[in-house]
Amino acid sequence: MSQQEKKGKELPKKDAPKKEEPKKAPPPPPPYPGLDPAQARMAKEFKHSAPMLACRFTPSGKFLYTSGQDNTLQRWELASGKKTDLAGHSSWVRALAFQPKGPLLISGGYDGQVFTWNAESPDPIPLRQVLAHQGWVRGLDVDATGNLAASCGNDGKVCLWNLPALTPDKSWQAHEKHAYQVLFHPSGKELVSVDLMGNTRVWDLAGKMLREGEAKALHKYDAGFGADIGGARAIAFSPDGNSIVLAGITNVSNAFAGVGNPILVVLDWATLKVKETLQSKEKFQGTMWGVAWHKAGFLAATAGGNGGMLWFFKPGAPNEFASLKLPDNARDLALHPEGKSLAIPFYGSTARIYDLTPKS
Amino acid sequence: MRCQYACGTNEHGVSRRAFLGGAAGAGLAALTSPLAAKELSSKQKRVLVVWLSGGVSQLETWDPKPGTVTGGPFRAIPTSVPGIYISELLPKTAKWMHKLALVRGINTKEDDHGKGAYIMHTGRRQEPANSFPHLGSVCSKLLTTDANPLPGYLNIVPGGGGQSAADAAYLGPRFGSVGIGEGKAPANLDRPGSINNDLDQQRHMLRQAANERFLARRRSAMTEAYTQTYDQARLLMEKKSLFNIDSEAVPVGDRYGRHDFGRHCLLARRLLEGGATFVKVTHTNYDTHHENFDFHIEQLSEFDKPFSNLLEELDDRGMLESTLIMVKSEFGRTPNINRNYGRDHWSRAWSVALGGCGLKPGAVVGKTNATGTAVVDREVDGGHLFHTYLRALGFDSKRNFYVDQRPMPMADPKGAAIEEILA
Repeated sequence: MSQQEKKGKELPKKDAPKKEEPKKAPPPPPPYPGLDPAQARMAKEFKHSAPMLACRFTPSGKFLYTSGQDNTLQRWELASGKKTDLAGHSSWVRALAFQPKGPLLISGGYDGQVFTWNAESPDPIPLRQVLAHQGWVRGLDVDATGNLAASCGNDGKVCLWNLPALTPDKSWQAHEKHAYQVLFHPSGKELVSVDLMGNTRVWDLAGKMLREGEAKALHKYDAGFGADIGGARAIAFSPDGNSIVLAGITNVSNAFAGVGNPILVVLDWATLKVKETLQSKEKFQGTMWGVAWHKAGFLAATAGGNGGMLWFFKPGAPNEFASLKLPDNARDLALHPEGKSLAIPFYGSTARIYDLTPKS
Repeated sequence: MRCQYACGTNEHGVSRRAFLGGAAGAGLAALTSPLAAKELSSKQKRVLVVWLSGGVSQLETWDPKPGTVTGGPFRAIPTSVPGIYISELLPKTAKWMHKLALVRGINTKEDDHGKGAYIMHTGRRQEPANSFPHLGSVCSKLLTTDANPLPGYLNIVPGGGGQSAADAAYLGPRFGSVGIGEGKAPANLDRPGSINNDLDQQRHMLRQAANERFLARRRSAMTEAYTQTYDQARLLMEKKSLFNIDSEAVPVGDRYGRHDFGRHCLLARRLLEGGATFVKVTHTNYDTHHENFDFHIEQLSEFDKPFSNLLEELDDRGMLESTLIMVKSEFGRTPNINRNYGRDHWSRAWSVALGGCGLKPGAVVGKTNATGTAVVDREVDGGHLFHTYLRALGFDSKRNFYVDQRPMPMADPKGAAIEEILA
């Protein structure tokens, strides 16, 4: 038997049955045109000399503002990395907001003060300052017109301020406990405030409470330590204004060691009922310190605790669809106005820009 | 060392009466002169300890470092003593600084909760073969008369517990702490309604007879403590109204605050006013590895008002000069702020606040460096503090207790009082 016979007769290629090619599923259309959060990657980093606390991009997208544990603000020119330090506050600043069309930056500090700055000037100096709250200023926002700012703080008050003069408009006792966040609804006719207990209250611009809800998942009284832990550490509206998301910590078993899990609680704006809660698939110990609702529909959220994480969630799915392990504890998150990148300030004295576009 | 005074002798220790009577033969006459004894007998000295459990941050209380890398977000505020600044978290206490004294150079070199607490309660480090009495037990022994219906060492704690015979170590269990859990009176202070005075007396005599028969054969420190506890309980039944803080006018309670610590401070004032020797009030908790600043706002705002109100009421009653006040913890907290906005355990450079009896009001001793990481002037430890407490109360802290004729130094012989703050 010839060797060929042992192997079996080889058919001419043209007569061989065609192998069934496994049908390849067509690639899913990119859910977010021009974006791929699954490929999020660090693009730039800006180093400061003290741990960082908060960050926001200017509406022009030209600068990133950050704050640090040395009581200063920092301005970073994104293109060049040029840094400008802004001194004025006598304590930490965790609340930053801009007039939507510029040029004012509003900053709120743990010294109880609110400052205004010209965010785009070559050398920003405080334009106005006011003792806004007894105790820390925790939350700040500017309405769509740019003429009204809102602040909240440890005195439980919500205060409205006329811009650019930073003169008082109205204030009211909005909460019994520390007020953590305040945010204007995109309609400009209402605003929402959230406190340590997760109490969420909607107000008209005259200070009348319109409705109330509670994000119970964001609060716990730790009887072992005799203290409350919770509150919304960050807040954002959905692009359509029909939902609001609160970021914080839940499942706390040891408040003083920070043993708990990051969580997002999404509330229906009309009713303030909880629509859904979003958490990471793998349990992570820490607090959700930042959240942004991208105009494309997904949420970006970042946590710090046992390290840092960046997650991307789709409303309607309880867990993330993409994630990125961060090099350090994250402390806030801000989306660039163009939506193609985001910024995160870190405990390790660095702010990093993450690119959300697909790799070329 | 365990209490061994079951030998049947009294040389094991000295009661306050023997102490004042000059029981020098037992080596226990710690008072320096008959004049001092007279003074003490005419004016009872008391001790109030406010124990900030878990380790309060010195940077958020008595030794702020605003504007530094370790300072955190809080500012320093002036106090009633020119030149002394404390944290803005203590605005009401700041107004009483002229009645307080600060020790800012403590280095106890012990970052473990239990071991640190032991140092701050006993003035010694734990030793495998010895245990030492808590200050409360020492004061119970030295300051409490046998006729005092109140236990010598009252420990007001949130939650249950707080009772420990072991606190007294070789002094014997009768000087151990008596827990006042949740600020409630000890259980069963009411005599059952079915027992009248005569019946009660008969019951007591029967118990006494049984006790004596038993003690004739098996006398021990524990049995003595048992007997003494019964006797004291009978006296305490008549003083149970002291525990009823609701009998205070509403505005009085409001000034203290209606939370646990506020109620417990009010109870402490009532007990001290009612003749208690040593009252410890625990405020929990300060072990803030996570979000130190938020939690210090929460806890110290709860501390500041009732504590300052307690100082005011003791002062109004003329009791402050005869009451030694201490605000302390097992250690301080790290100058470094960790990645979770927390501060961890730190015993190398921290502070306590003292006041009242035997101390110079408005004094500050000790200094830490600019960032609070090290003591740079007048470093002291738990032993120094223990000597200081005893001296402030009028005792010679270099004297001994005697247990089976073995001398047991009242305070760590390696230490000495902090003279700069003694009046």
